[in-house]
Amino acid sequence: MTASRRAIDLMVGGFVLLGLAALVFLALKAANLGSFASGPTYDVQARFDNIGGLKPRAPVKSAGVVVGRVAAISFDDQAYQARVVLNLDARYQFPQDTSAKILTSGLLGEQYIGLEPGGDTRMLAGGGVIRMTQSAVVLENLISQFLFSKAAEPAAAPAGSASGSKP
Amino acid sequence: MDRIARFGAWCLAQVVSMGAGARLFWILLLASPAALARPRLVIDQLHVIGNRSLVIITVSGLFVGFVLGLQGYTTLQRYGSSEALGLLVALSLVRELGPVVSALLFAGRAGTSLTAEIGLMKAGEQLAAMEMMAVDPIRRVLAPRFVAAVVAMPLLAAIFSAIGILGGWAVGVLLIGVDSGAFWSQMQTGVDWRSDVLNGVIKSAVFGLVCAYTALQVGYSAQPTPEGVSRATTVTVVASSLAVLGFDFILTALMFAST
Repeated sequence: MTASRRAIDLMVGGFVLLGLAALVFLALKAANLGSFASGPTYDVQARFDNIGGLKPRAPVKSAGVVVGRVAAISFDDQAYQARVVLNLDARYQFPQDTSAKILTSGLLGEQYIGLEPGGDTRMLAGGGVIRMTQSAVVLENLISQFLFSKAAEPAAAPAGSASGSKP
Repeated sequence: MDRIARFGAWCLAQVVSMGAGARLFWILLLASPAALARPRLVIDQLHVIGNRSLVIITVSGLFVGFVLGLQGYTTLQRYGSSEALGLLVALSLVRELGPVVSALLFAGRAGTSLTAEIGLMKAGEQLAAMEMMAVDPIRRVLAPRFVAAVVAMPLLAAIFSAIGILGGWAVGVLLIGVDSGAFWSQMQTGVDWRSDVLNGVIKSAVFGLVCAYTALQVGYSAQPTPEGVSRATTVTVVASSLAVLGFDFILTALMFAST
């Protein structure tokens, strides 16, 4: 037993290192630690009428590049709107008239916030508010709009008198 | 009347064994820091418990990854989202399959050997001899094994998950031809290191605790006969597997219910 002591130590050390390497692999290669780790960030607020299925930690993209993450979502009972806090990477600056849209990646993909920069010379700072926002597209509203417009079509075509009840 | 008395005796025996089990758990927890002060014993047990489980863990991890890659692809392809294969493989391994399957294998591979070892030590009156020499068998024999199992289990589960992801990658990308970049990038956007990876590690540490405690407790309280030891090893596998599945449900409900 004493002769193989060194061998045992070596093998146990190898085992522990292998396990730690597997953990590092999981954290860096499989998960998002490192891709958007711990650079300096600043918070910006945006208000939406409807956020659809947006979740905290959803990406914030501009021109398709991830520039931040959704930090928090809460409900504002004064304006009856959703208040979304965006955590943006401090490397990127955006004009004050930047607009925010809630978009969906793919047909069934996750929802993210797209930023479209405006032309203002003043930049958004920490604690700033994005004024122009566009809500998420809710599938039920889209379908009901489509159905109503379909139903209105044949009635409107021969008579030509719009009843004005189009939603 | 006789039946009522027997039922009462059974109830008392259950309460006594529960109390003895809880007391052993408490003593093990208290003795664990002391066991770390003598790393020699823990390293020897890490070798027995960890290194020798490595083969079964890596091979089954690899094959679970292969199968996840194949099955996941056939299902995802129906919805035209076969790029999400990496996400599916990584999430199911890191959250559930890695900790749970490696804990079940661990109970079968290492738990039984712990129980048999302790049970035979008891049957051969080695534990009693230690007590005669004023050596506490719980501190000298049980605690290092307990610590080693709690340390080894998260490492084994991490190796299982990592190898499984590589297996899923091998089948998905090399064999089927899913785009490699999409495979990794979908995985990285969907897997969160704190809520998925870290929770998986916590899970497997709890499973290591459960498996080690079950194995040691069953071995320590085994009948000191050949039949007793053989029964105890069976009880270890069944009890720790059921405990792992039960704890998995509770932990999953606590960790992932809100998201």
